[in-house]
Amino acid sequence: MKVLIKKGRIIDPSQNFDFVGDLLIEEGKILGIERNIEIQEKVEIIEAKNLWIVPGLVDIHVHLREPGEEWKEDIETGTKAALYGGVLRLACMPNTKPPNDSPEVTRYILERSSQKAYITVYPIACITKRQEGKEITEFGRLKKAGAIAVSDDGKWVQDSEVMKRALLYAKNFDLPVISHCEDMNLSKGGQINEGYLSAKLGLKGIPACAETIAVIRDLILAKETQKNLHLAHLSTKEVIPFLRWGKEEGIPFTAETCPHYFTLTEKEVENYNTLAKVNPPLRTEEDVEAIKLALKEGLIDIIASDHAPHSPLEKEIEFELASFGMIGLQTLLPLSLNLVREGYLTPLSLLEKLIINPSKVLNIEPPSFKKGALAEVIIVDPEEEYILTEEIIQSKSKNTPFLNKKLKGRVKKVILKEKVFDLSLV
Amino acid sequence: MDLKTKHLLDIASLSKEEIEDLLNLAENLKEILYRPIPKVPTLRGKLITHLFYEPSTRTRFSFEKAAKTLSADILTFTGKGTSIEKGETLLDTIKNLEAIGTDLFVIRHPVAGAPHFVAKHSKVPVVNAGDGTHEHPTQALLDLLTVKEKLGTLSDLKIAIIGDIKHSRVAHSDILAFQKMGSTVWVSGPAQLLPDIKEVNYYKLNNKSFKICYKIEEAIEEADVVIALRIQRERHGEALVPSFLEYHEFFGLKSSHLELMKEKAILMHPGPVNWGVELAYEMEKYPFQVILDQVENGVAIRMAILLRLLTGERTYESLD
Repeated sequence: MKVLIKKGRIIDPSQNFDFVGDLLIEEGKILGIERNIEIQEKVEIIEAKNLWIVPGLVDIHVHLREPGEEWKEDIETGTKAALYGGVLRLACMPNTKPPNDSPEVTRYILERSSQKAYITVYPIACITKRQEGKEITEFGRLKKAGAIAVSDDGKWVQDSEVMKRALLYAKNFDLPVISHCEDMNLSKGGQINEGYLSAKLGLKGIPACAETIAVIRDLILAKETQKNLHLAHLSTKEVIPFLRWGKEEGIPFTAETCPHYFTLTEKEVENYNTLAKVNPPLRTEEDVEAIKLALKEGLIDIIASDHAPHSPLEKEIEFELASFGMIGLQTLLPLSLNLVREGYLTPLSLLEKLIINPSKVLNIEPPSFKKGALAEVIIVDPEEEYILTEEIIQSKSKNTPFLNKKLKGRVKKVILKEKVFDLSLV
Repeated sequence: MDLKTKHLLDIASLSKEEIEDLLNLAENLKEILYRPIPKVPTLRGKLITHLFYEPSTRTRFSFEKAAKTLSADILTFTGKGTSIEKGETLLDTIKNLEAIGTDLFVIRHPVAGAPHFVAKHSKVPVVNAGDGTHEHPTQALLDLLTVKEKLGTLSDLKIAIIGDIKHSRVAHSDILAFQKMGSTVWVSGPAQLLPDIKEVNYYKLNNKSFKICYKIEEAIEEADVVIALRIQRERHGEALVPSFLEYHEFFGLKSSHLELMKEKAILMHPGPVNWGVELAYEMEKYPFQVILDQVENGVAIRMAILLRLLTGERTYESLD
């Protein structure tokens, strides 16, 4: 069976294409893209006038919570949310219960994914055993079991010698290393950004320097070891000059941010709103602007969701006891599109940060419309406005400050291999 | 006039007028405490529930005395630590106590914002009796009442607060309260226990009314009121100051400081005092030390708060 998508705006960053045309898919593979494709035989036609036709997004930073915290999310619901968000491949973080620090857990996640997942799941394993920051894990066996990268996400590898050892050992196996940059002595007990609001709410602040100091050390270690390092979820303007310095020095690193860091400020936590409690914390308008400019300048290479589901058990409680994190798979694209609307990025440069650069970090071929590539196609209405209701959210958890707020930009259809998903029915 | 909100959660959300109203009412109510039978029936039949998730002696007893003087009934819930450790969430606890018939919650809790959380989910008024390192609004109100009583005014005074400003909910409430009434607040103590540079903008209600001093002499010079705070050497197992000995030598208030202060400047402390640490022993004898007056005023101010929150429009005149 062939599928023909007609008259959409085809944007494929892997080939630097951005034009209005048709896309033909046969048996789950891309057959061709042309300005106009006429075809005689029987074919399923999808009209895409005024819509974008884009390769599936790659989200490098997702918490699927399986195994161990399935009341928050599992592989099935998490990947369904991804599908609805246009994310067709994701890398899941290892802070599960137990953490993914052994080949057994890696294999478990892959096996469950083969049964339940809607999209491609790449497990990330821990850098250190039990994420304790002391002993490095079995990088070789983990990679062989299917781990795509290593990270102690949620924790920084505080001991510089251990981090250096990890960066060196990862070179033996070409394993990407992802660092959660947070000096945990400086941030200990912290709840929200340190500043006006932490004073007002009487909550211990997380200073920007906790992130900056960690970034600087990690850049130095990447330089020392000449090993690619990926810096996760950057949130503060303070780190930007150091990223620029790192690029100038030729240090091998990539940097990531998340939509909430270029969309929201600490004001969201007013009234002790636990839905906006996230780590690193939401910061100020100045930081938001600096992150946008860093995306534009290319100092930040990747936008990821840091999708972090939590149930009311972890969120409808006292602020200081509530867990950090918000879901983000279904808000990733609509919020990122604001960067195009506001003129910071072009559609192609945005998609580079959502598809190409994360694929490079993970050493995978990015989803593409090249002839013969797997069909991983999302059809997006960049103009559709809608309210993000609980019904629209496919995650098991609904913890997002965007709940019941207006979003602009929506994934309408997904063609994944041989399947066509119509998502406009929700 | 009445409290605009139905809760008393923090000084930050009170207007000057609301504060003045509570102070005036407390001044009137204080007389009841000196009657041969210090009790009025105003709140008869009202059920006040005390949720004390953190140890407290004077605040809890003060609220109890205030409620009893007004003839309210009291349920007291004391638990160490947080609700999570008890296995019941705070949300469940308050829903159950509401079902039992609570008319007002007084809550003290080790984490900031817990009273706000209760207020968000509760149908009845909530009074914050101290939440984490956030605020202790009733303490600030009783401090205002004491200063007003002793000095006759709350405007154009210089208030010095000495100690662990960063972690003190009393300091946080006092800093706002005295500025709102038109006075200036100068704080001092070990720099690591003073507000972070980025946080100062919150405490500074206008350009001249708040100042951080690194020498305590600068803060107390020409002060009308000096408030010493209780110092804890350790917090969560971390040493905040090197030793009590050193603290006392450089940040403790001693008689040698008295000549810097205004004549008849009053000395306050929210209690309990570490004598010989933040206050030298000899300061107990200082004639304008008003620590026990503060305690007494605490009862009056809490009576005023309970009355306002539970009886709406009724004024003191219609009490008897």
